This record gives sequence, C-alpha cells and structure tokens, in this order.
Amino acid sequence: MTDMTYLDGNMLDGPLRELLAVDLSATTGRCDNCGMTGPMAGLHVYSHAPGLVGRCPACTGVMVRLVRAPERAWLDLRGTTYLQVPMPTDRSGGALRA
Amino acid sequence: MGIVSPGFQGRPRSSAPDLPPGQYLTEDFPVLSAGPTPRVPTDTWEFVLTTETGAEHRWSWADLMSLPQDTPTVDLHCVTRWSKLGTSWQGVSLDTLLDAVDTDARYALAHSYGGYTTNLPLDDLRGGRAWVVHTYDGSPLPAEHGGPARLLVPHLYLWKSAKWVRGIRLLADDRPGFWETAGYHDYGDPWREQRYQGD
Repeated sequence: MTDMTYLDGNMLDGPLRELLAVDLSATTGRCDNCGMTGPMAGLHVYSHAPGLVGRCPACTGVMVRLVRAPERAWLDLRGTTYLQVPMPTDRSGGALRA
Repeated sequence: MGIVSPGFQGRPRSSAPDLPPGQYLTEDFPVLSAGPTPRVPTDTWEFVLTTETGAEHRWSWADLMSLPQDTPTVDLHCVTRWSKLGTSWQGVSLDTLLDAVDTDARYALAHSYGGYTTNLPLDDLRGGRAWVVHTYDGSPLPAEHGGPARLLVPHLYLWKSAKWVRGIRLLADDRPGFWETAGYHDYGDPWREQRYQGD
C-alpha cells in the first residue's frame, strides 16, 4: 500500500529556490547554542581555515560552516535554529506553495 | 626576475623534495584557525583519555612532562595546499599514553579546548606516528599554533593534528569530527590526496 500522505523531495525545489537565492547578509538567524537572534551579517567569520566558519557574536557557537571544493560545496547550518528571510508579500494566505 | 638564476646556482629544480600531489612548499608557518584562540594556562591544563566504557585517564601538565619525551622531525601537509618540511617538535608519543589504557576501541575522536574535534582510526595514533607535542623548534608551542599542547599526526593532513588538544575519546564506531562533518575526507591521507568526501 502506498503512503500518499507525503510528497517526494522534488516538491521542495520551487519553495527552497525562492528561499535560498537570497542575500544572506539581509537575513536574521537564531543561534542554536545560546538562542540569541540577530543579523547574519553580525557573525564572526573565521576564513583562515579549511572552510568558512561563522560564529555567534554572543557565545562563539558555530552557526555556519561552508566548505568549497573545486566542484562541490557543503553548507552546514546545524548551529542555526532558523533563518528569517525577507520575502516579497505573499498574497495567497501564507503557506509556501510549490 | 631574481638575481640568482636557478639554472646556474644552487640546487637544480629537479632535486626539489617530493611533495604530496597538489601541495606547494612554504618556509613560514601559516596560522589557520576555525575560531577564537583558547588561552589555556598549564596549571589548569589537562589531557584526558576516555575509553569506550567511559573510564577516564587524566594527565596534568606536570604528568605530561614527567613522561618519556620524543623529538620528532616531520613534514606537515595542510589541506589548504601548503607543506612545510622538517619541522622539529618535542612531546609524548601516543603509544606511551595509550599504554595506560585498556581498550578494544578501533576509532578515536580528539577534542580540544574551544570545542574542535577530529576523528582518526586508533591504529593511526599507534606505532610511533602520533604525539601530544608542547615544544616547537626548541620553544614552548605558541597558542596560535595550538599551545600549550596539540596533537601531531603528520602522516595525515594537518587538520587531524588538533590544536589545543584536551583529550581523546576511544570509540567502537567512527564518529566524524568538525571538518569531517562539513565535507572533508574521513581519513585525510595527503599522499592519496584525500581532501574531500569521496576523494
């Protein structure tokens, strides 16, 4: 029996494309370690390293890691509880649409 | 153009030391860091080996200094592509520290003051290939290079040689560390150019 209560991940492509193609410096983030919320532009970024490491300015917890290989990149946001992203007005009533 | 032409004086280019693939030689000692530099006084410093059963073995700074000391001279290979040859260190072999411990673990996760972690097979910490070092080039290891003490595992890329090392957890299963969970290779052999996952 097929479970029809979920859709496959392709469904996320449109909504995430709209969300992730943003200027990160315009976003607000919540530190998963200490709970502080503030502009991502305010992170302390350590770049003399094998990747970029963005740390919370309050507790130094790691909020962002970005590793760039020649043909691949890895983005680790586990230290960021959420990103609040400025969006154009959604007049459909709220929910993200496919 | 330089005054000295390598074609007429000095060592010919063909005698340049062999480096792992993709590496270039540097004479200085670049400082890489993924966070603020911890300042750890030696009177509060400690090193802890934790076995897979949870048993802990601790060494104070005085304990570390009282153990037999090695003076390895080794080449360093950083995954950011610089290599530095013939570096001189003093410290305690991991063989000596592991002799104090009863374990059947196959993996190790080094952890540092400041929160950094990196994983290695336990076998790579044995056989005279890994040390906890406290002296570089005859002087106490500066904090920016991982002092008061860092791990030194020179046969792997330098991110495995955890600065400001605080301890090592011995584990039955592999547990990837700070860079290994962000795209870098789990093992990191420079001679096989194991930089990133899948290399």
